[in-house]
Amino acid sequence: MALPKVCGIETEYGIVVRGGENNPVSASSMLINAYVAATMRERGRIGWDFEDEQPANDARGFSLDDALAPEVETTLVNAVLTNGARYYVDHAHPEISIPEVTTAYEAVRWDRAAEEIIRRSMIEATSLLDDGAEIIVHKNNSDGKGNSYGCHENYLMAREVPFGRLTAQITPHFVTRQVFTGAGKVGCELPGRPSDDVAYQLSQRADFFEEEIGLETTLKRPIVNTRDEPHADAQKYRRLHVIVGDANMSEVATYLKVGTTAIVLAMIEDDVLGDEWLLGNPVAAIRQVSHDPTLRQTIMLRDGSRATALEVQWGLLERARKYELSHGLTCVGAHTGPDILDRWERVLTGLERDPASVADIVDWVAKQRLVDGYAQRHDIPAGHQRLKAIDLQYHDLREDRCLALRAGLQTLVAPEEVDTAVDHPPTTTRAYFRGRCLSKFPDEVVAANWDSLVFDIGRDPLRRVPMMEPLRGTADHVASVIDEAQTAGELLDRLGQ
Amino acid sequence: MAERTQKSKSSRSSEGATVAEPAEATTETGEKLKAELDDLLDEIDEVLETNAEDFVKSYVQKGGQ
Repeated sequence: MALPKVCGIETEYGIVVRGGENNPVSASSMLINAYVAATMRERGRIGWDFEDEQPANDARGFSLDDALAPEVETTLVNAVLTNGARYYVDHAHPEISIPEVTTAYEAVRWDRAAEEIIRRSMIEATSLLDDGAEIIVHKNNSDGKGNSYGCHENYLMAREVPFGRLTAQITPHFVTRQVFTGAGKVGCELPGRPSDDVAYQLSQRADFFEEEIGLETTLKRPIVNTRDEPHADAQKYRRLHVIVGDANMSEVATYLKVGTTAIVLAMIEDDVLGDEWLLGNPVAAIRQVSHDPTLRQTIMLRDGSRATALEVQWGLLERARKYELSHGLTCVGAHTGPDILDRWERVLTGLERDPASVADIVDWVAKQRLVDGYAQRHDIPAGHQRLKAIDLQYHDLREDRCLALRAGLQTLVAPEEVDTAVDHPPTTTRAYFRGRCLSKFPDEVVAANWDSLVFDIGRDPLRRVPMMEPLRGTADHVASVIDEAQTAGELLDRLGQ
Repeated sequence: MAERTQKSKSSRSSEGATVAEPAEATTETGEKLKAELDDLLDEIDEVLETNAEDFVKSYVQKGGQ
């Protein structure tokens, strides 16, 4: 049976300073420092521990003594939050990696919390700037001028799944899920093609994918990324690092993106998906699908036949329905699983009959409605700068400017649930242990990362607590021990560390 | 090749052939949607950055992951 699909989302946000020095690295640092200072004033800051970072790794096995991988930027701001998230500067962007969660619903909840963290950060940071200057953050993936930044997903997979099969079988979903995960974009950013070649497309990111598979994430981006850095027991687990998605403003779109992908991955892990929908030319297909808001164009399958993206999606859903009967969906959440399938079917049905009917769920449809409506009202041509401004402002995270907030999108997570997720970790993964320890023993936790915490309890050398199992350290396991421990030393004693 | 397309479509198209909504209801829904969009566009006119065109032109990011 497939492993529980522990998952997470990492988002690099766009950032600008208006009315001040527009240096994205210092602005990102300021954003994060301002937030950390405001929320952790009492606690002091807890840094990220780079000991276990191996982003360039492709080997089996795991060693705590491995040297730092060269591409980790250890000098930039890096904070760990009490909700178990990591908030840091990456490649001139502020980035938040949400804590590990076990369902698509939880992924949406902590992704929304990340947005709130950014909103609060913008307010705090802007208050430190000169009058009239402002830090503005967008949850998007492209500046419209050929520069892209990612919204990555991560899923726990069994190490024994052959990577070649995984790659081939997940690709059709990555190429065609855009029909409901695309965040929409005015214009085209394919190298060598004028922007107005494509008036409007489904995805922010599709133009930037040039390979089927590879290790790169910043250039020649591959549809399937091969980074092998499990942040867990490498003998047992793989972390599939998905770089092909858009950052969604719609909660239901995020839910569907994570939920459907987790189910397709579970089917691959249990080897029941089969090769029916393998693609002939995935790189061409990902652009074709993105460039076709009519959803009518077909893409080539490996056997030479053709299908629309929606047909591939219907095929995957049909498999998932069978999988539910044969294997159950507990690996993606006993309650969440069936709900994902129902919503998946509804969104495909809506897209097939009339995309406008899912304008409250699908970002590219919601945005297209604004762009087309505005163009018509003001009689401006396709690709006009003002339409690009609407595209950009759809993703603006300032509450008084954000167009997505005004577009009538359905929500999934109650505001109070988002609010508690800003400070509190999920209870269902090791993120619980990380978050609770940071919150209860801020002076004793000197460093943290995905798979360990380092304590300084005032005696002995620093003590590292390994967390190689993503599903240990949950509230069920450790809540009472943490509640009862008066000091970090006592906690470690009770844990037998 | 047409076979696959048919195979995947046929299982659904039979049940997908829904009865058309009465024209009156459609018009009503259409008008409601149009009114909503009009309100939304009014709001966009209000909140759209005053120098939206300059802002979007100068919006340049460093490439990331």
